Amino acid sequence: MDAGAASGQPPGSGALIELRGVTKVYGRGSAAMHALRGIDLDIAAGEMVAVMGPSGSGKSTAMNILGCLDAPTSGTYRFRGLDVGGLSRDQRALLRRHALGFVFQGFNLLARTTALENVELPLIYQRVSGPDRRRRAVEALAAVGLTAWARHTPAELSGGQQQRVAIARALVTDPAVILADEPTGNLDTARSREIMDLLCAMNRERGITVVMITHEPDMAAYARRVVHFLDGLVAGAAGE
Amino acid sequence: MLGNSLLLALREIRRNALRSFLTILGIVIGVAAVIVMVTLGQGATAQVRSQIQALGTNLLIVRPGQRMGPGMSSDAPRFSLADAAALRREVPALAAVAPAASAAMTAVAGNQNWSTSVTGTDNAYLAARSWTLAAGRPFTDSELRAGRAVCIIGASVRRELFGALDPVGQRLRLKKLSCEIVGLLEAKGQSSMGMDQDDLVLMPIRTLQRRIAGDQDVDVIYLSVRPGRSMDRTIADVERLLRERRHIGVLDDDDFTVRDMREIASMLAGTTTVLTSLLGAVASVSLLVGGIGIMNIMLVSVTERTREIGIRLAIGAREREVLMQFLVEAVVLSSFGGLLGILLALGAALLLAGALKVPFILDGGIIALAFLFSAAVGILFGWVPARRAARLDPIEALRHE
Repeated sequence: MDAGAASGQPPGSGALIELRGVTKVYGRGSAAMHALRGIDLDIAAGEMVAVMGPSGSGKSTAMNILGCLDAPTSGTYRFRGLDVGGLSRDQRALLRRHALGFVFQGFNLLARTTALENVELPLIYQRVSGPDRRRRAVEALAAVGLTAWARHTPAELSGGQQQRVAIARALVTDPAVILADEPTGNLDTARSREIMDLLCAMNRERGITVVMITHEPDMAAYARRVVHFLDGLVAGAAGE
Repeated sequence: MLGNSLLLALREIRRNALRSFLTILGIVIGVAAVIVMVTLGQGATAQVRSQIQALGTNLLIVRPGQRMGPGMSSDAPRFSLADAAALRREVPALAAVAPAASAAMTAVAGNQNWSTSVTGTDNAYLAARSWTLAAGRPFTDSELRAGRAVCIIGASVRRELFGALDPVGQRLRLKKLSCEIVGLLEAKGQSSMGMDQDDLVLMPIRTLQRRIAGDQDVDVIYLSVRPGRSMDRTIADVERLLRERRHIGVLDDDDFTVRDMREIASMLAGTTTVLTSLLGAVASVSLLVGGIGIMNIMLVSVTERTREIGIRLAIGAREREVLMQFLVEAVVLSSFGGLLGILLALGAALLLAGALKVPFILDGGIIALAFLFSAAVGILFGWVPARRAARLDPIEALRHE
């Protein structure tokens, strides 16, 4: 955990993710809700960034935009230099398919489906053939230490195990970025540390950029850079 | 991708086996009903056709008077035996010319009586109307010429008057006339119009004219055309001859009708075909109801799986891939219903055909059509739910309970 810069600017150059003047407004007129009021944010490849802020600060909205699940009302979002705002719904889906991995607070695994099949899901959409798919899914499960649990359904797994399956699923496509929304929110302290160790390992060993929302400073401490959101704006940054 | 969608669809359907079954019940019944109706209808049509074939489609029926509907005639002059003789002489394309006159009366034998129809004619009648004798003999020339009191009876008349006894040689009384039975007709059963064909008594036409009716009238002339001869040409020849004999002017209409059995055959077949189509259409309504059932359940299913759809979208599923997933599910459901309906129909049609004594004719075409139709219903009624699934907002969907 090194010292970071004072604002949304990263230590290195060649930003993987570049947000410029991004706003998000819901509703219209007097009922308009400004979730984001114009944020600038750069994230370089290989970074591990924690996003913190009180509820309503816009951090989830920003994550949705980073994840190409939502589009900004104004401003630009460049991913590897590509302007995401100009992409169609289908094109954004393809971007998610190939470059992004998601980890959610609620795990969001398919019920009544085995861990292996859950991890294979992104590869099915990528049209990877059966044997290749299985091999890569098995590798991903091994990377998170769940080889023995491949044939178990989420109902048969603990919260910590489910989250590890979710991380395996996020990894299996070899994404550029993993976006994690409160990944330890539903887990106890011991499991939370396991999950954070795993994310750090993925970041360190595979160079996967990790952007995670958390409200626990202990968890944020695992990241090299912390970005604070307040009232729809990025408020300085702190590194430790 | 398609293979995967199929596997997913099968798995999902098996997951809710009872619900899936109840959903497709409408389709099962609809398909089964359509196939049974059409199969039985086709069997009935075939039966009608073969009965008419048995009558002889080269049969012509000449009656006095214009077409006025079944059994009715106007006051045009009746034919005479001389007309029949002329036809025999001058139209060589005719194989048999049978003049006939009929009257309804009661036949009495011993202490049995039976009200029946007596037809005076000659042996050509047997040929023209494809009758064979089960016992006895046809009329002799002298019996025909002299108008002797002899008769040939049908199977129903024999049954009513003589039970199982051999009627040949017995006597029966018609009005004041006592006749000897010289022959028994082979049974034909019910006609396609529901009349008992075996309820008749034949006698020489001269006998009927002189001893019972008291006139020289011939009500109808049955003609059969030699095979290989042109029906239309023969009809034209017959009409020309009769117009001449009845002194009908060039500009006047015929005062008689020549009815062609082909017309009747196709009319009857046409009627049963229309009925079959109508029944089939009514049964198709059930298919539509089945489709609505599928749409209903698919909508529920999409709502239930909102979270799952959100996950798939987040992971990178495109709209059309989600659409495909649910469309395939709907089509698999409905096709399965079609398959079950076909099996049900085959069983039911076999049973019913036996019970109704209608030939069982399996038409591969209607089965294929019904199956395709059921698949189409799946696409049609699965479309709205599938589109709803595809259009979900992933963020909203992931928040769903």
